[in-house]
Amino acid sequence: MKYQVDEKGYYGEFGGAWIPEMMYTNIEELKNRYLEIIGSEEFKSEFDQLLKDYVGRPSPLYFAGRLSEHYGTKIYLKREDLNHTGSHKLNNTIGQILLAEKLGKKRIIAETGAGQHGVATATVCALKGLQCVVYMGALDVSRQAPNVKKMKMLGAEVVPVHSGNKTLKDATNEAMRDWINNPEDTHYIIGSVVGPHPYPDMVARFQSVISKEMKSQLLEQTGSELPTRVLACVGGGSNAAGAFYHFLDDEQVELIGVEAAGKGVDTEETAATLTVGSPGVLHAAKTMLMQNADGQITEPYSISAGLDYPGIGPLHAHLHKTGRAKFLAATDEEVLQSVLLLTQKEGIIPALESAHALAALDKIKMKPDDVNVINLSGSGNKDMETYLNYFGY
Amino acid sequence: MNRINKLFETKKQNILSVYFTAGFPNLNDTVEIIQELEKNGVDLIEIGIPFSDPTADGPTIQKSSETALKNGMNLNLLFEQLKDIRKSVNIPLILMGYINPVYQYGIDRFCEKCAEIGIDGTILPDLPLDEFESHYKAFYDKNNLHNILLITPQTSEARIRQIDEISGGFIYMVSSASTTGAGKKVEDFHQDYFERIQNMQLKNPRLIGFGISDRATFGNACKYANGAIIGSAFVNAVSSSTDLKTGIKVFVENIIQPD
Repeated sequence: MKYQVDEKGYYGEFGGAWIPEMMYTNIEELKNRYLEIIGSEEFKSEFDQLLKDYVGRPSPLYFAGRLSEHYGTKIYLKREDLNHTGSHKLNNTIGQILLAEKLGKKRIIAETGAGQHGVATATVCALKGLQCVVYMGALDVSRQAPNVKKMKMLGAEVVPVHSGNKTLKDATNEAMRDWINNPEDTHYIIGSVVGPHPYPDMVARFQSVISKEMKSQLLEQTGSELPTRVLACVGGGSNAAGAFYHFLDDEQVELIGVEAAGKGVDTEETAATLTVGSPGVLHAAKTMLMQNADGQITEPYSISAGLDYPGIGPLHAHLHKTGRAKFLAATDEEVLQSVLLLTQKEGIIPALESAHALAALDKIKMKPDDVNVINLSGSGNKDMETYLNYFGY
Repeated sequence: MNRINKLFETKKQNILSVYFTAGFPNLNDTVEIIQELEKNGVDLIEIGIPFSDPTADGPTIQKSSETALKNGMNLNLLFEQLKDIRKSVNIPLILMGYINPVYQYGIDRFCEKCAEIGIDGTILPDLPLDEFESHYKAFYDKNNLHNILLITPQTSEARIRQIDEISGGFIYMVSSASTTGAGKKVEDFHQDYFERIQNMQLKNPRLIGFGISDRATFGNACKYANGAIIGSAFVNAVSSSTDLKTGIKVFVENIIQPD
């Protein structure tokens, strides 16, 4: 278990709970109770039931024949895009809403970038009849209008955040402020493996169903539960954490995370935190960050709003540092070409985020017998406007 | 002796501490603001190091921090502005900010620089107690600096005792669960919380902060602690006043001058 969080909330040198005292009681309660709650039989049966009947799990592991032929190797797609609400995000919000219920919380808050986590949170709040407030950067509110309307239709209040660059980082700041101001009745559903301990571990556990299913599906389809490599895109890193989780100790399985290079890692317009970042503290965790020499956080850029974040989960910072996982970066341009390739080879339109993992196929050496599993974390429905504009259909 | 300790030894009541953001409203206002605050009778000053992502602050200090950063403020420049401050200012000075800029500067270098200039302590809300104790405290002790820790209405008695044990200067009592300048009136704050803390007989003096904005809220807070801290209300005052000197004088007089 050398890649698991330690009792102080660290992955090697990364992680911890760098919280102001105003958040201490809530974080301490979570830290002391999350393992006992999510380990209980009652929780497990309710969680598994909802994953099956509501989310639609297990998600298929699909052998992508024509894409495999194109690359001269074997490529499997883990179809998280087929989940209810169109991405892996619901795995985590289902887990956290059940946890919030057990903690007796009445009000749910969340941050969102592209709106996928916001929709997944609004969805579980509707399911459970809990009040829901979603913070979203004002720029993202205007960029992602359909998701904003979805959240409102689901009964959530969407609060546009006007500070900073008006994107995901600023939405996260505002959600943290809300929690500080409402310490008694509110649970904060963080959407990724970021934030203070125990969030990175808790969210990774809820997402770990992805790699758990991969193992049994691979065994059935290939005769071995271990693939050659697993590829996933990384912003905060929740889908990658879920896809890597049960392979972390199988050191022969190559793990590849793909960050958003934006317009290029050598430009100012990038979100490739591990390539251009350095260690620091943001959103209550010590991790790799995009920052200037004075420790001010710099603004990331990516065509994909879901990867547009200047930090990364501490687990991934640790996997990068130890070399257990390899991290690449794909540019907007490369990603869009991969979107089109998958669409026309397999009839699957992927989300911009997920297409970063596909773009990595052009950057690595693969043998014909290699088994490559790509976590197709989300559907391209939300990105249709971008695609139509870019490809000119 | 550390100036914070000296202050609390000589003055037990109605201590007024004022926060401002360095680099706001103008980049080079820092020294003048400090001098004017002292001249008008403020007992202690918290100099804010602006940060891009101030998660414990409300809109006023978010905005002043954003402006200060745009103006070009950073920790190196702040230290440069403060290098001769002890030639003109005697009251205790505290640096307040977030951990990341300090972490990038290097904690050992940061503490040494504070000592060299004559800074008496820091308030870093996102440097939690256990991290401070295990990795930072030794540097503070070596440089005769205090790290001021916060307590809130939700902080358990056991943890308050632990914070009291490790604290050296004073304890920062957050008046209610909130970000700075949240605008809840101090009269509405948990009276029982103030009384509960008062009855704990802590070894450290206490200042109440968050939501203190005028003479009434200051006066009420002083009934339950050695004094109080004003931040957002002062930042608002300096941002709207055309003349810094007059603005500061009027603001402080309105808080502490007898009727």
